[in-house]
Amino acid sequence: MLRLFEAIGGFFLYNVNQLGRLGIFLFVSLVSIFKPPYKVSPVIKQIYVIGSLSIFVILFTGAFTGMVLGLQGYNTLKKFGSEGLLGSAVALSLIRELGPVLAALMVTGRAGSAICAEIGIMRISEQIDALECMAIDPHKYIMAPKFLAAVISMPLLTAIFDVIGIFGGYAIGVGLLGANEGAFFSSMYKDVEFDDIYMGLVKSLVFGLLIVWICSAKGYFVHLERGGGFGAEGVSRVTTTAVVLSSVAILVFDYFLTSVLI
Amino acid sequence: MNARPVIQLIDVRKSFGSQEVLRGVNLSVVEGKTTVIVGGSGQGKSLILKHILGLVKPDSGQVLVYGKDLSRISGRELQEIRMNFGVLFQNAALFDSMTVYDNVALPLRERTRLSEEEIRRIVTEKLEMMDLEGSENKYPAQISGGMRKRVGLARALVLNPKIVFFDEPTTGLDVAKSNEIYRVFFRTQSILGYTAVIVSHDVPKILKLADYVALLHQGVIQDCLTPEEFQLSDNPVIKEYVETTMGAIYTSEILEEEDEKDRY
Repeated sequence: MLRLFEAIGGFFLYNVNQLGRLGIFLFVSLVSIFKPPYKVSPVIKQIYVIGSLSIFVILFTGAFTGMVLGLQGYNTLKKFGSEGLLGSAVALSLIRELGPVLAALMVTGRAGSAICAEIGIMRISEQIDALECMAIDPHKYIMAPKFLAAVISMPLLTAIFDVIGIFGGYAIGVGLLGANEGAFFSSMYKDVEFDDIYMGLVKSLVFGLLIVWICSAKGYFVHLERGGGFGAEGVSRVTTTAVVLSSVAILVFDYFLTSVLI
Repeated sequence: MNARPVIQLIDVRKSFGSQEVLRGVNLSVVEGKTTVIVGGSGQGKSLILKHILGLVKPDSGQVLVYGKDLSRISGRELQEIRMNFGVLFQNAALFDSMTVYDNVALPLRERTRLSEEEIRRIVTEKLEMMDLEGSENKYPAQISGGMRKRVGLARALVLNPKIVFFDEPTTGLDVAKSNEIYRVFFRTQSILGYTAVIVSHDVPKILKLADYVALLHQGVIQDCLTPEEFQLSDNPVIKEYVETTMGAIYTSEILEEEDEKDRY
Protein backbone atom coordinates (compact mmCIF):
# COMPACT_ATOMS: atom_id res chain seq x y z
CA MET A 1 0.00 0.00 0.00
CA LEU A 2 2.80 2.34 0.99
CA ARG A 3 4.54 1.54 -2.30
CA LEU A 4 1.45 2.55 -4.22
CA PHE A 5 1.46 5.96 -2.53
CA GLU A 6 5.20 6.22 -3.14
CA ALA A 7 4.69 5.48 -6.83
CA ILE A 8 1.86 8.02 -7.12
CA GLY A 9 3.92 10.64 -5.27
CA GLY A 10 7.00 9.87 -7.36
CA PHE A 11 5.03 10.20 -10.59
CA PHE A 12 3.50 13.48 -9.44
CA LEU A 13 6.83 14.94 -8.31
CA TYR A 14 8.58 13.85 -11.51
CA ASN A 15 5.98 15.56 -13.68
CA VAL A 16 5.93 18.76 -11.64
CA ASN A 17 9.72 18.77 -11.78
CA GLN A 18 9.65 18.24 -15.54
CA LEU A 19 7.09 20.98 -16.06
CA GLY A 20 9.23 23.41 -14.07
CA ARG A 21 12.29 22.40 -16.07
CA LEU A 22 10.46 22.93 -19.36
CA GLY A 23 9.21 26.33 -18.18
CA ILE A 24 12.69 27.52 -17.21
CA PHE A 25 14.06 26.13 -20.46
CA LEU A 26 11.54 28.17 -22.50
CA PHE A 27 12.23 31.32 -20.51
CA VAL A 28 16.02 31.03 -20.78
CA SER A 29 15.84 30.23 -24.50
CA LEU A 30 13.57 33.17 -25.28
CA VAL A 31 15.73 35.55 -23.23
CA SER A 32 18.85 34.29 -25.03
CA ILE A 33 17.39 35.48 -28.36
CA PHE A 34 17.88 39.07 -27.19
CA LYS A 35 21.45 38.56 -25.95
CA PRO A 36 24.40 39.37 -28.21
CA PRO A 37 26.01 38.25 -30.45
CA TYR A 38 23.29 38.54 -33.07
CA LYS A 39 24.02 36.24 -35.98
CA VAL A 40 21.80 35.89 -39.00
CA SER A 41 23.34 32.84 -40.70
CA PRO A 42 22.31 30.25 -38.03
CA VAL A 43 18.72 31.55 -38.22
CA ILE A 44 18.72 31.27 -42.02
CA LYS A 45 20.08 27.73 -41.74
CA GLN A 46 17.29 26.80 -39.34
CA ILE A 47 14.66 28.44 -41.55
CA TYR A 48 15.94 26.16 -44.30
CA VAL A 49 15.75 23.09 -42.00
CA ILE A 50 12.38 23.85 -40.42
CA GLY A 51 10.76 25.83 -43.24
CA SER A 52 12.16 25.11 -46.69
CA LEU A 53 12.54 21.38 -46.18
CA SER A 54 8.92 21.18 -44.99
CA ILE A 55 7.47 22.89 -48.07
CA PHE A 56 6.95 19.72 -50.10
CA VAL A 57 5.02 17.92 -47.37
CA ILE A 58 3.00 21.10 -46.72
CA LEU A 59 2.12 21.44 -50.43
CA PHE A 60 1.12 17.81 -50.65
CA THR A 61 -1.01 17.66 -47.49
CA GLY A 62 -2.45 21.13 -48.12
CA ALA A 63 -3.62 20.17 -51.60
CA PHE A 64 -5.30 16.96 -50.45
CA THR A 65 -6.89 18.60 -47.41
CA GLY A 66 -8.41 21.28 -49.67
CA MET A 67 -9.53 18.64 -52.15
CA VAL A 68 -11.33 16.59 -49.52
CA LEU A 69 -12.90 19.77 -48.13
CA GLY A 70 -14.11 20.59 -51.62
CA LEU A 71 -15.58 17.12 -52.03
CA GLN A 72 -17.25 16.93 -48.62
CA GLY A 73 -18.28 20.58 -48.60
CA TYR A 74 -19.90 20.47 -52.03
CA ASN A 75 -21.93 17.34 -51.26
CA THR A 76 -23.05 18.67 -47.87
CA LEU A 77 -23.89 22.18 -49.06
CA LYS A 78 -25.73 20.79 -52.07
CA LYS A 79 -28.26 19.18 -49.71
CA PHE A 80 -29.20 22.67 -48.56
CA GLY A 81 -28.87 24.24 -51.97
CA SER A 82 -25.94 26.32 -50.80
CA GLU A 83 -23.14 25.19 -53.14
CA GLY A 84 -22.40 28.85 -53.71
CA LEU A 85 -20.91 29.03 -50.22
CA LEU A 86 -18.33 26.36 -50.99
CA GLY A 87 -15.53 28.94 -51.40
CA SER A 88 -16.09 30.51 -48.00
CA ALA A 89 -16.56 27.11 -46.32
CA VAL A 90 -13.26 25.79 -47.68
CA ALA A 91 -11.35 29.02 -47.02
CA LEU A 92 -12.66 29.58 -43.50
CA SER A 93 -12.07 25.96 -42.46
CA LEU A 94 -8.52 26.16 -43.72
CA ILE A 95 -7.57 29.64 -42.54
CA ARG A 96 -9.12 29.43 -39.07
CA GLU A 97 -8.55 25.81 -38.19
CA LEU A 98 -7.15 23.19 -40.49
CA GLY A 99 -4.30 25.20 -42.00
CA PRO A 100 -2.50 26.08 -38.75
CA VAL A 101 -3.22 22.73 -37.06
CA LEU A 102 -2.35 20.39 -39.92
CA ALA A 103 0.69 22.42 -40.98
CA ALA A 104 1.92 22.32 -37.38
CA LEU A 105 1.35 18.57 -37.13
CA MET A 106 3.28 18.06 -40.37
CA VAL A 107 6.16 20.24 -39.15
CA THR A 108 6.18 18.34 -35.84
CA GLY A 109 6.58 15.05 -37.66
CA ARG A 110 9.20 16.31 -40.06
CA ALA A 111 11.23 18.99 -38.28
CA GLY A 112 10.28 18.53 -34.60
CA SER A 113 11.51 14.95 -34.52
CA ALA A 114 14.76 16.02 -36.22
CA ILE A 115 15.29 18.84 -33.71
CA CYS A 116 14.73 16.51 -30.76
CA ALA A 117 17.02 13.79 -32.11
CA GLU A 118 19.76 16.28 -33.01
CA ILE A 119 19.80 17.91 -29.58
CA GLY A 120 19.44 14.55 -27.81
CA ILE A 121 22.50 13.19 -29.63
CA MET A 122 24.40 16.37 -28.79
CA ARG A 123 23.52 15.82 -25.13
CA ILE A 124 24.51 12.15 -24.89
CA SER A 125 27.76 12.68 -26.81
CA GLU A 126 28.74 15.50 -24.41
CA GLN A 127 28.62 18.13 -27.18
CA ILE A 128 26.35 20.32 -25.04
CA ASP A 129 28.70 19.92 -22.06
CA ALA A 130 31.54 20.89 -24.39
CA LEU A 131 29.69 24.06 -25.41
CA GLU A 132 29.09 25.00 -21.77
CA CYS A 133 32.73 24.38 -20.89
CA MET A 134 33.77 26.63 -23.80
CA ALA A 135 31.62 29.35 -22.17
CA ILE A 136 29.23 29.19 -25.14
CA ASP A 137 25.60 29.36 -24.04
CA PRO A 138 23.82 26.34 -25.59
CA HIS A 139 20.51 28.19 -25.40
CA LYS A 140 21.91 31.04 -27.44
CA TYR A 141 23.91 28.86 -29.81
CA ILE A 142 21.45 25.99 -30.44
CA MET A 143 17.99 26.97 -29.26
CA ALA A 144 17.64 30.67 -30.11
CA PRO A 145 18.03 30.22 -33.91
CA LYS A 146 15.49 27.38 -33.85
CA PHE A 147 12.90 29.44 -31.97
CA LEU A 148 13.37 32.38 -34.32
CA ALA A 149 13.23 30.15 -37.38
CA ALA A 150 10.03 28.48 -36.15
CA VAL A 151 8.35 31.83 -35.52
CA ILE A 152 9.28 32.99 -39.02
CA SER A 153 8.61 29.71 -40.85
CA MET A 154 5.35 28.52 -39.30
CA PRO A 155 3.11 31.43 -40.42
CA LEU A 156 4.59 31.19 -43.93
CA LEU A 157 4.11 27.43 -44.11
CA THR A 158 0.56 27.85 -42.83
CA ALA A 159 -0.12 30.49 -45.49
CA ILE A 160 1.19 28.15 -48.18
CA PHE A 161 -0.96 25.35 -46.76
CA ASP A 162 -4.05 27.60 -46.85
CA VAL A 163 -3.48 28.85 -50.41
CA ILE A 164 -2.78 25.41 -51.81
CA GLY A 165 -5.74 24.01 -49.87
CA ILE A 166 -8.08 26.65 -51.30
CA PHE A 167 -6.90 25.81 -54.81
CA GLY A 168 -7.36 22.11 -54.03
CA GLY A 169 -10.94 22.81 -52.95
CA TYR A 170 -11.44 24.91 -56.07
CA ALA A 171 -10.09 22.17 -58.34
CA ILE A 172 -12.48 19.57 -56.93
CA GLY A 173 -15.50 21.79 -56.20
CA VAL A 174 -15.43 23.89 -59.37
CA GLY A 175 -13.31 21.84 -61.75
CA LEU A 176 -14.64 18.37 -61.01
CA LEU A 177 -18.06 18.79 -59.38
CA GLY A 178 -19.19 21.84 -61.32
CA ALA A 179 -19.74 24.46 -58.58
CA ASN A 180 -19.97 28.03 -59.82
CA GLU A 181 -16.54 29.61 -60.15
CA GLY A 182 -17.71 33.16 -59.51
CA ALA A 183 -19.72 32.14 -56.45
CA PHE A 184 -16.74 30.19 -55.10
CA PHE A 185 -14.45 33.23 -55.11
CA SER A 186 -17.02 35.90 -54.29
CA SER A 187 -18.30 34.02 -51.20
CA MET A 188 -14.71 33.56 -50.07
CA TYR A 189 -13.95 37.25 -50.68
CA LYS A 190 -17.08 38.30 -48.80
CA ASP A 191 -16.84 35.99 -45.77
CA VAL A 192 -13.13 35.83 -44.99
CA GLU A 193 -12.24 38.75 -42.70
CA PHE A 194 -9.09 40.04 -41.13
CA ASP A 195 -10.01 38.40 -37.80
CA ASP A 196 -9.93 35.00 -39.48
CA ILE A 197 -6.46 35.62 -40.91
CA TYR A 198 -5.36 36.97 -37.51
CA MET A 199 -6.59 33.84 -35.74
CA GLY A 200 -4.68 31.62 -38.14
CA LEU A 201 -1.57 33.75 -37.76
CA VAL A 202 -1.64 33.68 -33.95
CA LYS A 203 -2.23 29.95 -33.94
CA SER A 204 0.65 29.28 -36.32
CA LEU A 205 3.02 31.41 -34.21
CA VAL A 206 2.03 29.64 -30.99
CA PHE A 207 2.26 26.21 -32.60
CA GLY A 208 5.71 27.04 -33.98
CA LEU A 209 6.89 27.96 -30.50
CA LEU A 210 5.28 24.85 -29.00
CA ILE A 211 6.98 22.51 -31.47
CA VAL A 212 10.48 23.91 -30.94
CA TRP A 213 9.98 24.26 -27.19
CA ILE A 214 8.80 20.71 -26.55
CA CYS A 215 11.07 18.99 -29.07
CA SER A 216 14.27 20.80 -28.13
CA ALA A 217 13.61 20.60 -24.39
CA LYS A 218 12.95 16.86 -24.56
CA GLY A 219 16.21 16.37 -26.44
CA TYR A 220 18.10 18.74 -24.13
CA PHE A 221 17.00 16.89 -21.00
CA VAL A 222 17.26 13.37 -22.45
CA HIS A 223 19.73 12.43 -19.69
CA LEU A 224 17.14 13.27 -17.02
CA GLU A 225 14.39 11.12 -18.51
CA ARG A 226 12.71 8.63 -16.25
CA GLY A 227 13.99 5.08 -16.63
CA GLY A 228 17.31 6.21 -18.13
CA GLY A 229 17.69 8.37 -21.18
CA PHE A 230 21.10 7.43 -22.46
CA GLY A 231 22.27 5.98 -25.75
CA ALA A 232 20.50 5.63 -29.06
CA GLU A 233 17.50 3.98 -27.39
CA GLY A 234 17.09 6.89 -25.01
CA VAL A 235 17.16 9.39 -27.87
CA SER A 236 14.71 7.38 -29.97
CA ARG A 237 12.31 7.06 -27.01
CA VAL A 238 12.48 10.73 -26.19
CA THR A 239 11.98 11.68 -29.86
CA THR A 240 8.79 9.63 -30.02
CA THR A 241 7.58 11.21 -26.76
CA ALA A 242 8.39 14.70 -28.07
CA VAL A 243 6.41 14.19 -31.28
CA VAL A 244 3.40 12.76 -29.42
CA LEU A 245 3.54 15.48 -26.76
CA SER A 246 3.87 18.26 -29.36
CA SER A 247 0.95 16.89 -31.37
CA VAL A 248 -1.26 16.65 -28.29
CA ALA A 249 -0.17 20.13 -27.13
CA ILE A 250 -1.05 21.57 -30.57
CA LEU A 251 -4.58 20.20 -30.40
CA VAL A 252 -5.10 21.26 -26.78
CA PHE A 253 -3.75 24.76 -27.39
CA ASP A 254 -5.83 24.96 -30.55
CA TYR A 255 -8.99 24.61 -28.48
CA PHE A 256 -7.94 27.22 -25.95
CA LEU A 257 -6.70 29.67 -28.57
CA THR A 258 -9.93 29.29 -30.53
CA SER A 259 -12.01 29.89 -27.42
CA VAL A 260 -10.04 33.06 -26.69
CA LEU A 261 -9.87 34.42 -30.22
CA ILE A 262 -13.32 33.48 -31.50
CA MET B 1 52.38 22.75 -2.12
CA ASN B 2 53.31 26.35 -1.48
CA ALA B 3 52.23 27.71 -4.85
CA ARG B 4 48.80 29.33 -5.32
CA PRO B 5 45.93 26.85 -5.62
CA VAL B 6 43.65 27.76 -8.52
CA ILE B 7 41.14 25.04 -7.79
CA GLN B 8 40.09 23.77 -4.38
CA LEU B 9 37.57 21.11 -3.52
CA ILE B 10 36.54 21.19 0.12
CA ASP B 11 34.63 18.23 1.55
CA VAL B 12 32.68 17.69 -1.68
CA ARG B 13 29.94 15.10 -1.42
CA LYS B 14 27.70 13.81 -4.19
CA SER B 15 25.12 11.03 -4.25
CA PHE B 16 22.99 9.57 -6.99
CA GLY B 17 19.91 8.07 -5.37
CA SER B 18 21.13 5.96 -2.49
CA GLN B 19 24.63 5.62 -3.92
CA GLU B 20 27.13 8.05 -2.43
CA VAL B 21 29.88 8.47 -5.03
CA LEU B 22 31.94 11.30 -3.55
CA ARG B 23 32.27 11.12 0.23
CA GLY B 24 34.10 14.26 1.18
CA VAL B 25 36.63 15.01 -1.55
CA ASN B 26 39.40 17.48 -0.67
CA LEU B 27 41.82 18.52 -3.39
CA SER B 28 43.96 21.52 -4.34
CA VAL B 29 45.24 22.15 -7.86
CA VAL B 30 48.33 24.32 -8.04
CA GLU B 31 48.78 26.97 -10.72
CA GLY B 32 51.03 26.05 -13.62
CA LYS B 33 51.39 22.42 -12.52
CA THR B 34 49.98 19.13 -13.71
CA THR B 35 47.73 17.34 -11.26
CA VAL B 36 46.70 13.83 -12.14
CA ILE B 37 43.69 12.18 -10.50
CA VAL B 38 44.00 8.41 -10.60
CA GLY B 39 41.83 5.62 -9.30
CA GLY B 40 39.89 2.56 -10.35
CA SER B 41 37.06 2.67 -12.88
CA GLY B 42 33.73 3.89 -11.54
CA GLN B 43 35.26 5.64 -8.53
CA GLY B 44 34.01 9.07 -9.63
CA LYS B 45 37.14 10.61 -11.17
CA SER B 46 35.25 12.16 -14.09
CA LEU B 47 32.58 13.31 -11.63
CA ILE B 48 35.22 15.37 -9.82
CA LEU B 49 36.08 16.98 -13.15
CA LYS B 50 32.40 17.73 -13.83
CA HIS B 51 32.18 19.43 -10.43
CA ILE B 52 35.19 21.61 -11.22
CA LEU B 53 33.74 22.46 -14.65
CA GLY B 54 30.48 23.53 -13.02
CA LEU B 55 28.48 20.89 -14.91
CA VAL B 56 27.42 19.16 -11.69
CA LYS B 57 26.68 20.77 -8.34
CA PRO B 58 27.79 19.06 -5.12
CA ASP B 59 25.23 17.96 -2.52
CA SER B 60 27.47 19.58 0.07
CA GLY B 61 30.95 21.06 0.22
CA GLN B 62 32.62 23.71 -1.89
CA VAL B 63 34.25 23.81 -5.30
CA LEU B 64 36.40 26.93 -5.48
CA VAL B 65 37.91 28.09 -8.76
CA TYR B 66 40.03 31.23 -8.45
CA GLY B 67 38.55 31.53 -4.96
CA LYS B 68 34.93 31.57 -6.15
CA ASP B 69 32.46 28.94 -5.00
CA LEU B 70 30.85 27.59 -8.18
CA SER B 71 27.59 26.78 -6.34
CA ARG B 72 27.15 30.38 -5.20
CA ILE B 73 27.92 32.37 -8.31
CA SER B 74 25.65 33.60 -11.08
CA GLY B 75 25.51 32.04 -14.54
CA ARG B 76 27.44 35.00 -15.93
CA GLU B 77 30.24 34.62 -13.36
CA LEU B 78 30.43 30.91 -14.12
CA GLN B 79 30.67 31.79 -17.81
CA GLU B 80 33.55 34.18 -17.02
CA ILE B 81 35.40 31.50 -15.06
CA ARG B 82 34.90 29.04 -17.90
CA MET B 83 36.60 31.51 -20.24
CA ASN B 84 39.82 30.27 -18.62
CA PHE B 85 39.04 26.61 -19.29
CA GLY B 86 39.95 24.23 -22.04
CA VAL B 87 38.53 20.71 -21.88
CA LEU B 88 39.47 17.52 -23.66
CA PHE B 89 36.55 15.14 -23.13
CA GLN B 90 36.90 11.39 -22.92
CA ASN B 91 35.33 10.90 -26.36
CA ALA B 92 36.61 14.32 -27.55
CA ALA B 93 32.95 15.57 -27.84
CA LEU B 94 33.55 17.05 -31.28
CA PHE B 95 30.59 18.53 -33.12
CA ASP B 96 29.96 15.74 -35.59
CA SER B 97 28.16 17.87 -38.16
CA MET B 98 31.15 20.26 -38.41
CA THR B 99 34.50 19.78 -40.10
CA VAL B 100 37.73 19.59 -38.11
CA TYR B 101 38.46 23.21 -39.05
CA ASP B 102 35.04 24.46 -37.93
CA ASN B 103 35.30 22.52 -34.68
CA VAL B 104 38.56 24.23 -33.78
CA ALA B 105 37.35 27.60 -35.04
CA LEU B 106 34.09 27.50 -33.07
CA PRO B 107 35.35 29.03 -29.78
CA LEU B 108 37.06 31.81 -31.75
CA ARG B 109 33.92 32.55 -33.76
CA GLU B 110 31.63 32.52 -30.75
CA ARG B 111 33.78 34.13 -28.11
CA THR B 112 35.95 36.62 -29.97
CA ARG B 113 35.46 39.26 -32.62
CA LEU B 114 38.40 38.14 -34.74
CA SER B 115 38.14 38.31 -38.50
CA GLU B 116 37.91 35.08 -40.50
CA GLU B 117 41.48 35.67 -41.69
CA GLU B 118 42.81 35.83 -38.13
CA ILE B 119 40.73 32.82 -37.15
CA ARG B 120 42.21 30.89 -40.09
CA ARG B 121 45.73 31.79 -38.99
CA ILE B 122 45.16 30.67 -35.39
CA VAL B 123 43.33 27.48 -36.34
CA THR B 124 46.00 26.53 -38.86
CA GLU B 125 48.70 27.16 -36.25
CA LYS B 126 46.93 24.98 -33.67
CA LEU B 127 46.29 22.20 -36.18
CA GLU B 128 49.95 22.26 -37.15
CA MET B 129 50.91 22.04 -33.48
CA MET B 130 48.83 18.85 -33.30
CA ASP B 131 50.22 17.44 -36.58
CA LEU B 132 46.80 17.68 -38.18
CA GLU B 133 47.63 19.56 -41.38
CA GLY B 134 45.49 18.35 -44.29
CA SER B 135 42.59 17.18 -42.11
CA GLU B 136 40.82 20.54 -41.98
CA ASN B 137 37.94 19.55 -44.23
CA LYS B 138 37.32 16.12 -42.79
CA TYR B 139 34.43 15.34 -40.45
CA PRO B 140 35.03 13.72 -37.04
CA ALA B 141 33.57 10.43 -38.31
CA GLN B 142 36.22 10.34 -41.07
CA ILE B 143 39.28 10.49 -38.78
CA SER B 144 40.83 8.04 -36.31
CA GLY B 145 40.33 8.05 -32.54
CA GLY B 146 43.81 9.48 -31.92
CA MET B 147 43.21 12.26 -34.44
CA ARG B 148 39.85 13.04 -32.84
CA LYS B 149 41.58 13.45 -29.48
CA ARG B 150 44.13 15.77 -31.05
CA VAL B 151 41.37 17.82 -32.70
CA GLY B 152 39.68 17.97 -29.28
CA LEU B 153 42.93 19.17 -27.76
CA ALA B 154 43.41 21.75 -30.53
CA ARG B 155 39.90 23.04 -29.81
CA ALA B 156 40.59 23.06 -26.05
CA LEU B 157 43.78 25.08 -26.57
CA VAL B 158 42.64 27.45 -29.31
CA LEU B 159 41.93 30.32 -26.90
CA ASN B 160 45.12 29.72 -24.90
CA PRO B 161 43.28 28.75 -21.69
CA LYS B 162 44.86 29.02 -18.25
CA ILE B 163 43.55 25.64 -17.07
CA VAL B 164 43.16 22.58 -19.28
CA PHE B 165 41.22 19.49 -18.20
CA PHE B 166 41.85 16.08 -19.68
CA ASP B 167 39.26 13.36 -19.08
CA GLU B 168 40.91 10.00 -19.78
CA PRO B 169 42.98 11.40 -22.67
CA THR B 170 44.30 8.04 -23.82
CA THR B 171 41.35 5.72 -23.21
CA GLY B 172 40.65 3.57 -26.24
CA LEU B 173 43.97 4.36 -27.91
CA ASP B 174 46.81 1.94 -28.59
CA VAL B 175 50.27 2.43 -27.06
CA ALA B 176 51.67 4.42 -30.00
CA LYS B 177 48.69 6.76 -30.14
CA SER B 178 48.72 7.19 -26.33
CA ASN B 179 52.38 8.18 -26.51
CA GLU B 180 51.52 10.60 -29.30
CA ILE B 181 48.89 12.28 -27.09
CA TYR B 182 51.36 12.50 -24.21
CA ARG B 183 53.98 14.02 -26.50
CA VAL B 184 51.49 16.60 -27.77
CA PHE B 185 50.45 17.35 -24.18
CA PHE B 186 54.04 17.81 -23.06
CA ARG B 187 54.86 20.02 -26.03
CA THR B 188 51.79 22.24 -25.72
CA GLN B 189 52.13 22.66 -21.97
CA SER B 190 55.76 23.72 -22.27
CA ILE B 191 54.76 26.26 -24.96
CA LEU B 192 51.55 27.56 -23.39
CA GLY B 193 52.31 26.98 -19.70
CA TYR B 194 48.77 26.06 -18.65
CA THR B 195 47.66 24.39 -15.43
CA ALA B 196 46.60 20.83 -16.24
CA VAL B 197 44.17 18.52 -14.48
CA ILE B 198 44.25 15.02 -15.88
CA VAL B 199 41.89 12.21 -14.98
CA SER B 200 43.43 8.93 -15.97
CA HIS B 201 43.96 5.32 -15.06
CA ASP B 202 46.95 4.97 -17.35
CA VAL B 203 49.35 4.29 -14.50
CA PRO B 204 52.38 4.24 -14.40
CA LYS B 205 52.82 6.09 -17.72
CA ILE B 206 50.79 9.12 -16.67
CA LEU B 207 53.05 9.63 -13.62
CA LYS B 208 55.82 10.83 -15.92
CA LEU B 209 53.72 13.87 -16.82
CA ALA B 210 52.47 14.60 -13.32
CA ASP B 211 53.67 17.15 -10.83
CA TYR B 212 51.12 15.89 -8.34
CA VAL B 213 49.18 12.65 -8.18
CA ALA B 214 45.91 12.26 -6.27
CA LEU B 215 44.33 8.87 -5.66
CA LEU B 216 40.55 8.67 -5.48
CA HIS B 217 39.43 5.61 -3.56
CA GLN B 218 35.94 4.90 -2.22
CA GLY B 219 34.84 8.47 -2.79
CA VAL B 220 37.75 10.10 -0.97
CA ILE B 221 41.05 11.57 -2.21
CA GLN B 222 43.58 9.55 -0.25
CA ASP B 223 46.41 12.02 -0.74
CA CYS B 224 47.86 14.41 -3.31
CA LEU B 225 51.62 13.83 -3.62
CA THR B 226 54.48 14.19 -6.06
CA PRO B 227 54.95 11.05 -8.19
CA GLU B 228 58.01 10.04 -6.16
CA GLU B 229 56.22 10.50 -2.85
CA PHE B 230 53.18 8.72 -4.28
CA GLN B 231 55.19 5.64 -5.19
CA LEU B 232 56.88 5.52 -1.79
CA SER B 233 53.80 6.45 0.26
CA ASP B 234 53.06 4.57 3.48
CA ASN B 235 49.33 5.10 3.07
CA PRO B 236 48.09 1.50 2.80
CA VAL B 237 45.52 2.35 0.12
CA ILE B 238 48.08 4.17 -2.05
CA LYS B 239 50.61 1.44 -1.40
CA GLU B 240 48.17 -1.21 -2.55
CA TYR B 241 47.23 0.81 -5.61
CA VAL B 242 50.89 1.30 -6.54
CA GLU B 243 51.59 -2.39 -6.08
CA THR B 244 48.54 -3.41 -8.10
CA THR B 245 49.17 -1.03 -10.98
CA MET B 246 52.98 -1.00 -11.01
CA GLY B 247 53.74 -4.37 -9.50
CA ALA B 248 54.75 -5.88 -12.81
CA ILE B 249 57.43 -3.23 -13.26
CA TYR B 250 58.88 -3.86 -9.81
CA THR B 251 58.80 -7.58 -10.39
CA SER B 252 60.57 -7.29 -13.72
CA GLU B 253 63.14 -4.92 -12.19
CA ILE B 254 63.81 -7.37 -9.37
CA LEU B 255 64.13 -10.24 -11.83
CA GLU B 256 66.53 -8.18 -13.96
CA GLU B 257 68.64 -7.43 -10.88
CA GLU B 258 68.69 -11.11 -9.97
CA ASP B 259 69.70 -11.98 -13.54
CA GLU B 260 72.52 -9.43 -13.35
CA LYS B 261 73.75 -10.96 -10.06
CA ASP B 262 73.60 -14.49 -11.51
CA ARG B 263 75.61 -13.36 -14.52
CA TYR B 264 78.51 -12.08 -12.42
